Amino acid sequence: MSSQKVPTFQENVIRLKQYWGERGCIIQEPYDVEVGAGTSCPETFLRALGPQPWRTAYVQPSRRPADGRYGDNPNRLYKHMQLQVILKPTPADVIEQYMGSLEAIGIDLRKHDLKLEEDNWENPSLGAWGVGWQVMLDGLEITQFTYFQQCGGIDLDLVPAEITYGLERLTAFLQGVDSVYDIEWTPGVKYRDVRYNDELQYSVYNFETAHVPTLWKLFEIHEGEARRLLDLCAETKDPAEKRRFPLLPTYDHVLKCSNLFNTLDARGAISVTERVGMIARVRKLAVAVAASWVEQQA
Amino acid sequence: MNLLLEIGCEEIPDWMLAGALEYLGKAIADLKLGETRLRTDATPRRLTVRAEGLVEREPDAEERVWGPAKSAPAPAVEGFARKQGVTVDQLEIVSDGKNEKYSYIRKIAGRPALDILAAALPQLILKTPFPKSMYWPGKGGPRFIRPIRWIVALLGETVIPFEIAGVASGNQSSGHRKLGASRFPVTFETYEQSLRDNFVILSADERRARIRAVPTRYKCDNDLLNTLVNLTEWPTPITGSFDTEFLTLPKEVLSTVMRFHQKYFSVETPDGNLAPQFVAVTNTDGDPDGLIVHGNQRVLRARFNDARFFWDTDQKKILADRVEDLAHVTFQAKLGSYLEKTVRTVELVKELGGDAHAQRAAFLCKADLTTELVKEFTELQGVIGGLYARAQGEPEEVATAIYDHYKPVSMEDSIPRTQSGQLLAIADKLDTLRGCFQVGLIPSGSKDPFALRRAGQGIIKILVEGKLRLPIRSLLGGDAQLEEFFLDRIRNYFRELRGFAYDEVNAVIATGWNDLIDVEDRLIALREVRPTENFEPVAAAFKRVKNILRQNDVQPSVSIDEALLEAGPETSLYRSFVHNRAAAEAAPGDYRAQLAAIASVRPEIDLFFDKVLVNASDPAVRQNRLTLLHTMLVGFSTIADFSEIVVSSKLESK
Repeated sequence: MSSQKVPTFQENVIRLKQYWGERGCIIQEPYDVEVGAGTSCPETFLRALGPQPWRTAYVQPSRRPADGRYGDNPNRLYKHMQLQVILKPTPADVIEQYMGSLEAIGIDLRKHDLKLEEDNWENPSLGAWGVGWQVMLDGLEITQFTYFQQCGGIDLDLVPAEITYGLERLTAFLQGVDSVYDIEWTPGVKYRDVRYNDELQYSVYNFETAHVPTLWKLFEIHEGEARRLLDLCAETKDPAEKRRFPLLPTYDHVLKCSNLFNTLDARGAISVTERVGMIARVRKLAVAVAASWVEQQA
Repeated sequence: MNLLLEIGCEEIPDWMLAGALEYLGKAIADLKLGETRLRTDATPRRLTVRAEGLVEREPDAEERVWGPAKSAPAPAVEGFARKQGVTVDQLEIVSDGKNEKYSYIRKIAGRPALDILAAALPQLILKTPFPKSMYWPGKGGPRFIRPIRWIVALLGETVIPFEIAGVASGNQSSGHRKLGASRFPVTFETYEQSLRDNFVILSADERRARIRAVPTRYKCDNDLLNTLVNLTEWPTPITGSFDTEFLTLPKEVLSTVMRFHQKYFSVETPDGNLAPQFVAVTNTDGDPDGLIVHGNQRVLRARFNDARFFWDTDQKKILADRVEDLAHVTFQAKLGSYLEKTVRTVELVKELGGDAHAQRAAFLCKADLTTELVKEFTELQGVIGGLYARAQGEPEEVATAIYDHYKPVSMEDSIPRTQSGQLLAIADKLDTLRGCFQVGLIPSGSKDPFALRRAGQGIIKILVEGKLRLPIRSLLGGDAQLEEFFLDRIRNYFRELRGFAYDEVNAVIATGWNDLIDVEDRLIALREVRPTENFEPVAAAFKRVKNILRQNDVQPSVSIDEALLEAGPETSLYRSFVHNRAAAEAAPGDYRAQLAAIASVRPEIDLFFDKVLVNASDPAVRQNRLTLLHTMLVGFSTIADFSEIVVSSKLESK
């Protein structure tokens, strides 16, 4: 890190994509439906299912309405960027490859302290879980590393490794800045210049302006459409029709539900008891899509 | 022969190493390959068993094979012999206990240790119990805590051949991820040194010593120390510092951030205050450019900034104004919100005799659940409330009570410091217990999701150690299951924590447990009097009395008819009883004196059982005699039920 020029935010992103592209990952652009994490994208959630090998890497802007801080907090963001890497099946040297990716963005691991500390992952609204670690670099959590075990309640045929980098944190670490807003995105342009308005305005919307009855209505509309499609899918018996059944659009509606749920939650509109029920509603849809997908792709 | 087994694995959670080693050591010993000397070691990336003195092959064994009966036709006998690979004259005729039969003693050659290990190790390794395991590389694959990446399995110089999920055993180990070689050969003899050459310290004790060797005076927290020992292969402690401006934040918050979020030791000044320093333990051999210290300091600064941000935000709404927000925080689905719990707790504190301060504390105690700081550091609930109450000008008594009200959080933890704190802590826990039992959330076996046992134990500890004479049994509201639960907790407390014998605890509790201070007094007296000469014989006699009364299903008369007492042993027992009862009554509250008085009826009671037949032929005499025994039993059972005392069988059969 000392000998090289410190990379900008976009250089970091490009180098990591380059690194994983050279290791057989299909490099994709972000999925265009709001998600809380790169895991929810069909490129991870659905592709993790079934026996087909799959390697991909993509940056995913991840929206967490409750984490919004009006652009005031140096470390917390409504929308942060994850670099999501999926290696299915997991190569035996996966951790060495991961360490190589850190070297590729200029971290000389010989001069730093890297630890893998137990951290298991679970997303109850997707019926998904796995075991793994949080990767700590000099006391900073820079990556979540997970071996998936189930998605949509289904045991996975091939266990994928999911490597999720928190790009803002990692870059702030490399650039030695205390606030994500001071990250140099590209020479002369700070993270603040690009993203501050998102943070401020979505915080205002999520915490103050969002019309709760409308959000509920939207939730029900998307839930209804997903339900309708899933019922239709269940009734479809003709193999040719089954193969072309629009499960990916169905899943988009599930993602919409998930994001609306998160927004309602941030707004304080969901009581603790309701929460459990809401999560179960979303999970029911996700689990049904996963099961149909496995059947369709078999 | 020597065995070296090293299971090379991706980073194993630190708290699982000990259990895995315990299992592996035992499982290897259970293969019964001779009187071995075993040693187990672990680092995050390896579980190792070394054993010396294995036999080369297991001993030969014999097995008797039974053939046809003696009377069987010749072809059947020949067939049996052929099957065993011998001739008929090599068979013998032996009785199997019922019939005479042809039989043959088959010799089983002991298998070589190498074969036994090669066959046993894969399953043995995969059976290692882990609290949460995973499968890989796909469905149907083996389960372990994390993927196994290499295996060293050597018997002497020979590789014990086997394979797990495509990983073949060999003689190649692996060093520190960054400082060591990724593959290098080892032998039993060179193993530990080879690891050291590759920046892996195998011995946990040695890693611990390296961590302790830092010159900075840090607060040694053994749990954290063990975690760090098990998170590192080459631990090197470093000392960092933070800006003194953060010392204005409460030390509880600073320590929690350092301890639980960053796994740092905090550092104390010579006068016991928090110093603006920390000790972090790295898994590498040094920090020549200071990059690691610098990075850790930055992370800590960000964390502290977060905490300060939350602290400042929280001050915008005082605790008293947050109480109504508790209506939106669920305590338990069937038990309503924390606001409802607050209302009940305030009432309960009042009922327990809590003053205005205690009631105020009860009103405010859960309000910190709505603060940002508690959402971030849930382990500081209560503590944060106490700190906020103080900062917001609540009386010191109120702040301290809130601060302490989750105490004791473990059986080793102290009880709340003030009486208000003690009453609040009892009320809070009691409300939880009553509520949970009411809706059927009762702990069973290892299941106790609401930590009700700890709550019960906490109440008992506070009552006894705080010397609070509150009628615990009456406070349980007549719930039979809750009473049984409490009895169990009381027994457990006095036995496990206070070291009283189980029969003493049973004897004392049998005569009442509404006042736990009184239970403690009686236990102490009983423990003192028990070793005296007369005590156990009297206890044995009381047990006998109780049995006699039970067998006779006695309906005792109202009073003893002195005229019906037989002169001699019966009369002298009666007089001794009257005399000693009077002596006991003359020393109210002095349980020791009372027990001594009771024990001194021993000569008369012994004589009575020697000479007098309880089952007298005259029903009136018999009834009067039983009444005497009954009256004595009742009169002397106010402190303890002596029949619960376990005495030697010699005394009992007398």
